Amino acid sequence: MELADKELIAEFVVESQEGLAKVENQMLAIEAAGANIDGDLVNAVFRTMHSIKGTAGFLGLARIGTLAHGLEEVLNNLRNREVVPTSELVTSVLRAADFMKGLIDAVETSGDADIEPFVAELQQFRPGAETAPSPTATIEPPVAAAAVQLSEAVREFLVECRDNLDQMEHDLVALEAAPESEPLLRNIFRTIHTVKGGAGFLGLSALERLAHVAENLLSKLRDGQRPFNPPTASILLTTVDKCREGLSLVEAQGSDNGFDPQAVVQQLLELEISGAPSPAGAAPAASPASTAPPTPPPASAPAVTAPTAPAKAPVAAAPTADSPDKGHSAPADTTIRVDVALLDKLMTRVGELVLARNQILQHTSNLEDSAFVSTAQRLNLITTELQESVMKTRMQPIGNVWAKFPRVVRDLASQLGKQVRIEMEGKETELDKTIVEAIKDPLTHLVRNSVDHGIETPEKRVAAGKPAEGVLSLRAFHEGGQVNIEINDDGAGLNIERIRRKAVERGLVSADQATRMTDREVSQLIMLPGFSTAEQVTSVSGRGVGMDVVKTNIERIGGMIDLQSRPGSGTTVKIKIPLTLAIIPALVVTSDGDRYAIPQVSLLELVRLEGEQVERGIEYVHGAPVHRLRGKLLPLLYLAEQLDPTKKAAFGTEAAGSCQADQVVNIVVLRANDRQFGLVVDKVNDTEEIVVKPLGRQLKNLGEYAGATIMGDGTVALILDVMGLAVSSGLAGEMRDQTIAGGINSEVKASDESQSLLIVDLGDARRFALPTSMVSRLEKAQSSAVEYADGREVIQYRGAILPLVRLGQVFGASTDGDKQPDELQIVVYAEQGRSYGLVVNRIVDVVDTQLGFDPQARMDDNLLGTTVIQQRVTDVLNLRNLARHAAGARRVFAN
Amino acid sequence: MKTHTHQLCTFHVDQLNLGINVQQVQEVIRYQKMTRVPLAPDAISGLINLRGQIVTALDLRCRLGLAPRGENELPMNVVVRDGENGVSLLVDRIGDVVEVDDELFEPPPATVHKNVRGLIRGAYKLSDRLLLVLDTARVLDECDARSGTEARLAS
Repeated sequence: MELADKELIAEFVVESQEGLAKVENQMLAIEAAGANIDGDLVNAVFRTMHSIKGTAGFLGLARIGTLAHGLEEVLNNLRNREVVPTSELVTSVLRAADFMKGLIDAVETSGDADIEPFVAELQQFRPGAETAPSPTATIEPPVAAAAVQLSEAVREFLVECRDNLDQMEHDLVALEAAPESEPLLRNIFRTIHTVKGGAGFLGLSALERLAHVAENLLSKLRDGQRPFNPPTASILLTTVDKCREGLSLVEAQGSDNGFDPQAVVQQLLELEISGAPSPAGAAPAASPASTAPPTPPPASAPAVTAPTAPAKAPVAAAPTADSPDKGHSAPADTTIRVDVALLDKLMTRVGELVLARNQILQHTSNLEDSAFVSTAQRLNLITTELQESVMKTRMQPIGNVWAKFPRVVRDLASQLGKQVRIEMEGKETELDKTIVEAIKDPLTHLVRNSVDHGIETPEKRVAAGKPAEGVLSLRAFHEGGQVNIEINDDGAGLNIERIRRKAVERGLVSADQATRMTDREVSQLIMLPGFSTAEQVTSVSGRGVGMDVVKTNIERIGGMIDLQSRPGSGTTVKIKIPLTLAIIPALVVTSDGDRYAIPQVSLLELVRLEGEQVERGIEYVHGAPVHRLRGKLLPLLYLAEQLDPTKKAAFGTEAAGSCQADQVVNIVVLRANDRQFGLVVDKVNDTEEIVVKPLGRQLKNLGEYAGATIMGDGTVALILDVMGLAVSSGLAGEMRDQTIAGGINSEVKASDESQSLLIVDLGDARRFALPTSMVSRLEKAQSSAVEYADGREVIQYRGAILPLVRLGQVFGASTDGDKQPDELQIVVYAEQGRSYGLVVNRIVDVVDTQLGFDPQARMDDNLLGTTVIQQRVTDVLNLRNLARHAAGARRVFAN
Repeated sequence: MKTHTHQLCTFHVDQLNLGINVQQVQEVIRYQKMTRVPLAPDAISGLINLRGQIVTALDLRCRLGLAPRGENELPMNVVVRDGENGVSLLVDRIGDVVEVDDELFEPPPATVHKNVRGLIRGAYKLSDRLLLVLDTARVLDECDARSGTEARLAS
C-alpha cells in the first residue's frame, strides 16, 4: 500500500502519539500492581498497540506495525496472565514504545528503522520459545537490517540515544536519592548498554568505548560490588554529557571522528578500580553483553526474568480477534491534542465576547425589559464560565518548570561540595502558559541562589547542629486568585551585617541609614540593582543577573516578591503572581475626558477629597503636592499633567490648589515596587474585567501604557502602566529612598530620641526646620547693613564677615526681591568651622520632636527631607548644602 | 502579461496621488471615532476599535509633513497589516483600485519634497497623472524612532 493519503497519516500520528503518551503511565501502574494484574489497564495498552498495528498495516508502515505487533503480543500474554509484569518486561515495553514514538514522529522514514533489537527484546517475554504466527496478515515481514541505509540508521540511533540519555540522567539523579533502588540501576545499566550496542553496530568506536567502560562500572554497581555514591553519580552524569557531545559530533559529521572521551574514560576506570574489591571478578560478568553489539538484550535479563517466565501454552488467537470492538467503545481516549495557536485564538475570541458582554450589560442597566435583562444575566454567567474554561485550557502545571531543578540542584551542590535535597510540593499547581514561560528564569535563578548562597557546606551545617544535608523546598499553591510560589532553604539565612556593609560600600544607602534599618528591611536591599553579596564571583551566581532582575521580571508580569530570612535557619522567597495576563480586573478612571484602565494589582485604595478637604488634604513640599495619608506623606501625581506636560502649570501647584477648593479630588493610591503614590484623576468610574491587548509597535516605547482594551461602549481605552508612570514622573528614581525611608520612619518612631528644632518660615505657607544644636545665635540686622564681598551678600558680624544665605532666594519664595523688609531675621549657624547667616522671614517656634522625616519626599539638595511637625508639613533644611550657596565668600572670609 | 502588472489601492492625501499594493490592504473604512494616545508621536492620531481588533491610526498628512486636514474634513481609514496588528492610514479620499504596468515605474522624481521622498518607492507614470507608491514598511517603521519624548520636546 502506498503512503498516499497524507491526512490519514497525520491523523494516525496524532492518534498514536496520544495513545503512546498514556502507555507510559499505564505500564508503570501495571508494574506497580505486579502479579495482581489489572485486566482493564492491560487491555487499554493492548488496545493502543492493536490499533497502531492495524492502522500501520493499513498505511503500509511495516516497521511500526511489526513493533506494535511485538508489543501487542507481550500485552496479550500479560492479559492472559501467562507472564508477570516484571520491571524488565515493563522497561522493555516502554523502551519499545519510546522507540515507536520516535518512529511515528518521523513516519516517512520509519521504513528504514532498525527495530530488530526491540522485537528480539520483547520476544524474551514470551511464555513459549517459538515465535507465534502473526495474527494479522497485513503486517509485512521485517526487512533485513543489512538493507538499512546507514545514514537512516544513524539518525534513528541518535534520536533513541538522546531519549535514553535524558532518561538516564533523570534516573541517575533519582538513584542518588535512593541508592538502593535496583530497578533504577538496571534501567541505567540497560541504557548505557544500548548506547554501547548501537555505537558498536554503527562503528562509532570512541563512543562505544566510553559506553563500555561506563557499563563495566555500572555492572559492578548493579552487582553490589561497589556502593553508589555521589562521586560515582557525578562521573556517570559527566558520561551522559560526554555521550551527548559524541552524539552531536556524529550528527554533524556522520562519524565520531575527533570525539575524545579519554578523560572521562580514565575517570571511570579509576573509580572502578579504586572502589572495587575484586575488579577481576566483575569484568567477565559484563563482557558477554559487550561482545554482542547489534542485538542488545541486556545481559542481566535472562537471569532475572527466569523465574517469572515459565514455558506455558502458546498464546491463543481468540482474545486478539474480539478486542477491536472493545477498543472502540472504551473511554480510553479522554484527551485530544490542540494546537497552541488555536487556543490563543480562542482566548482572543473569548476576550471579544467578554467585551460584547460588558457592552450588553451596560445597556441593560438602562432597560426595563425584564426578559431581556434576565437573558443578559444568563449571557453574563455563561460568558464568565466560558472564559474560565478557556483559560483553563491554557493552564500548565508549574511542575513543567520545576522538572529540571533536581538536576540543576544536584550538579550545583556537588560542584560546591554541598549536600542538598530538593523537595517539591504542589507540582500540579497550574498557571497560564505565558506566565509559566515568564517565571522560568527567575525561578531558576532563585533555586541556584539558594544552593549557592543559602545552603552551607556539610561541615558548617554539622557544626551548627544541623543535618549535613540541606533541604531546598519548592511549594506552589493557589490563593486568592493568585499563584503563590515559595522557595525555601534551611541554610544560613542572609548575612544581614554583610548586606548592610555592602549596601553602604556600594552607596545604596548611607551608613547612617543602614544602621537604622531593621534586619527585614536590610534583607530587601539585596533586590536593589547593583547588589551582589557573593564574596567571590562564582561560576554559579554573580554573573550579573542578580535579585534585581528577578524582582523586575516578577513585577513585569504583575507579581510580587518578598524575602524572609531567619538567621541560621534559612531563607524563604515568596512570590505571588497572577493566574493569567490576558484578562485582568482593572479600575477605570477618567482624566481629561478620556478613560484609562489601571490594573487592580497595583491598586491600594481610593481617597476622595471634597470641599474644604481639598485645601487641607493637599500640601506642598517645595512645590510638589503631597497628601497626608494616615500620617505618612503620599506624593501625588496628576494624571492629566503626566499625560500632557504642557499642562504643568494648571495642576499640582499651590496656585492651582487654591482654586480647586470647590472641586473634588480623587486620589488613586497605587503601588509601584515598594513605593506608594497617589494618582489624581478627574473621576473614578468603575472596576471592570478588561482584556489586555498589546499596542502596535508604533506605540511600544511609551512606557506609560501597558496596552489597550475595548470598553463596554466599544471605545478603546489605554491601560496605564503604573510602574512606567512612576518612572516617567521621576518618582521611580527615588524608589530606593522610599524603601529605606519606610525603615527609617519606623526606626525613628520606635526610638525615644527627640530633637530640638527651630521652625522658620518664608512668609508663605511653607515651613522649614533646622536643628537648634547647629544654631549659634538668632540675630536681627538692618537691610542697609548688607554689603557685598565678591558679589555675595555679607554683613559685618562681631568683627568678622558673615556670608548670608537668603532662604527665600534658595527656595524661590513669593516675597518680591525689590520689596525687602527693613529688618532682616538672621539665623547664625556654624558649619565646618565657618559661620553663616541664614536670612528667614520669621522665627516661628522651637519644638522638641522626634525627627522622623521622609527622605523620599526630598526634591532638593538643600533639604534633608520632609516631616510633619505640629500637624504641618515641614521641610528639614540641609544646612551643609545651604552653606555652599555662600561658597563664593569663602575665600574672603574665614572665621 | 499578468506577471508584470500590479494592483494598487489608490488614495489622495492633500495634493498627492498615492497607492499601495492591494495585497497589503486589509480593508478600507469610513472615519471612525478614535481614542487619542497622549505622549504618542504626532503622526499617531489614536486607536480605533475595528471589530475587537485595536488598530493604531496614523495620519498620513502628518507623516508626510503636509498641512493638517481642515477641521470638518473627516479622513478615511486604509487599514494595512503590520505583523500581528493592523495600522490604519488616515487619508483624505479613497481612489480606485488601478492596475499598473511595471514598465511605467520609475524611482521617486527628484522634484518630490524630501519629507515625502524617503517614504515612497517610486512613481507610475499613468496617462493622466503620476501615481506615487507608498513604502508602507517605512511609513510604519520610522514612526517608532520618533518616540513620545522627542515629540514632546519638539512640540
